[in-house]
Amino acid sequence: MRHGKYPFIIGFLVVPVALYVTFVVAAYLQTFQLSLTSWSGLGKIEYIGFDNFVKLWHDDTFWKSIKHNLFLLILLPIITIAIALVFAFLLNVGGGHKGGQSRGVWGSKVYRIIFFFPQLLALAIVAVIFGRVFGPDKSGMLNGLFPQSWSPWLFLADERYAMACILVVLIWQAVGFYVVLFSAGMGSISDDIYEAAALDGATRFTLFFRITIPLLWSTIQVAWVYLGIAAFDAFALVNIMTVDRGGPNGATSVLSLMIYRNAFDFSQAGYACALGVVLFFLTLTFAALTLRVTRRDSVEA
Amino acid sequence: MTLVADRPTTKSAGTKPSAKRDINAFTGLAHVALIAWALVTAGPLIWVVLASFKNNTEIFLGKPFALPASFSLSTYFDAWNEAHIGRYFFNSVIVVLVSTAGTMLFGSMAAYVLARYRFRGNRFIYYMFVSGLAFPTFMALAPLFYILKNMGLLGSYTGLVLVYIAYSLPFTVFFLAAFFKSLPYEIEEAATVDGASHTRKFFQIMMPMARSGLVSITIFNIVGQWNQYLLPVVVMTGPGAESKYLLTQGIANISTSAGYHAQWSTLFAALTLSILPMIVVYAIFQRQIQAGLTAGAVK
Repeated sequence: MRHGKYPFIIGFLVVPVALYVTFVVAAYLQTFQLSLTSWSGLGKIEYIGFDNFVKLWHDDTFWKSIKHNLFLLILLPIITIAIALVFAFLLNVGGGHKGGQSRGVWGSKVYRIIFFFPQLLALAIVAVIFGRVFGPDKSGMLNGLFPQSWSPWLFLADERYAMACILVVLIWQAVGFYVVLFSAGMGSISDDIYEAAALDGATRFTLFFRITIPLLWSTIQVAWVYLGIAAFDAFALVNIMTVDRGGPNGATSVLSLMIYRNAFDFSQAGYACALGVVLFFLTLTFAALTLRVTRRDSVEA
Repeated sequence: MTLVADRPTTKSAGTKPSAKRDINAFTGLAHVALIAWALVTAGPLIWVVLASFKNNTEIFLGKPFALPASFSLSTYFDAWNEAHIGRYFFNSVIVVLVSTAGTMLFGSMAAYVLARYRFRGNRFIYYMFVSGLAFPTFMALAPLFYILKNMGLLGSYTGLVLVYIAYSLPFTVFFLAAFFKSLPYEIEEAATVDGASHTRKFFQIMMPMARSGLVSITIFNIVGQWNQYLLPVVVMTGPGAESKYLLTQGIANISTSAGYHAQWSTLFAALTLSILPMIVVYAIFQRQIQAGLTAGAVK
């Protein structure tokens, strides 16, 4: 590393840094700047101080969207992680022990392959599929499965259940990924520990709650953050799958959709940026809180 | 289930006689739960494939898993030709190929320099990249749109590829920098003594040594970029953009128009066509894909 070090360093960094600064850093910085303007997207940029944020405060759709994001933020991680943990446990340890090795139930490989597949599908495609699965007449998969005598459920067209449908789809897609992730974590837990516990007469429930979960805590933490970030997104689902994009009657509006629609449908770029700033702080708060709250209990594997 | 009988616990003295039956019941329940979830996972996909062969009457019959009356591929030709699935698919392939290649090249170059060279500003640049992980992409939608517009890149693949690369860099750099750091220094020093240039060391020594990390992150980026919906929707706008749509956009578009034209089977055929390649790729690279996608989270 003597001569020619700096030309080399600069040569290797110039393109990636230029791309990143142009399309990412500049865009994020402008979000903060434009959130203080009334810019429509065209014409002059006028600074209006914090008016956008005042407007947000009085915007019903904004509060509805926050509520929906929080709904996803709380339920998506809890349900997905719970389901995934149980399945990962069954697949890895559920079959008991043989020759000192804990093993999964029979066919665990096949299950893992099937469970994981939805992760490979674009959320946009999943949204189109489930738009039809939840079809409000007999052509919908679920309504088709219901007895002929039932009157069709409206699912996405019903304000009360539309958000739950979104949650179900997100869980459907995510579970397999976390099964595989937790399986990898469980694989690194030494068999000796399970064996010792099993010899002491521990039931599988004890194994699960006393050994697996504490030793997997750091992975669970990561899963929580990932799922939380997914809960703040959900744009593709809401934009494609729901009635009237975020409907019916705003029942599925989320922040990401609000940002998109304000920026591109309503010509309110400034307002969209203000929403972006709020979203930024929400995400940051969430990440900090998660790490804070869950840090204490972690056990080194 | 027979292997359960060999469990050490059941053999050991002092185990209650009912233990074995409990365990069998447990394994049985476990299978019920696992099969149930497998059905829930595969059900909608199987249903899509079945429905792609049905006409509207059959679809509205209310027997979602009944076999179609006939297996004709005409809906598939419609989806390919009239709904342009073939074109969208091809567009996606091109964009993802170019942008993943670009992401890997520029990402690994930046990561390598940041991980293994000391220079002023190194940490600053590193943290600039990594901080991108904390920002949600759609937060900056509006500014991104106008940046592209001002550069005349809206509705162009060039624009889309550059944006894909830029937004894939934080994670790629973060992951690969850690990886390059973990590689041994001795071989590199030997190469320096032999007079290898920095560039040569990177391409001929470090890249091959980092292969496993590069494979994981390449798969991660391919899947991530293939599944992008938000960025194409923002970038691929303007006159004539429709013929440049990517698969995710195209499918979403067909789903809206299928409703108007009541051509449900075409939509299902289009969906099948977009799912099938994923199944094939997954069947071949199943292990690598699972490893690649979870690699980021395990770190």
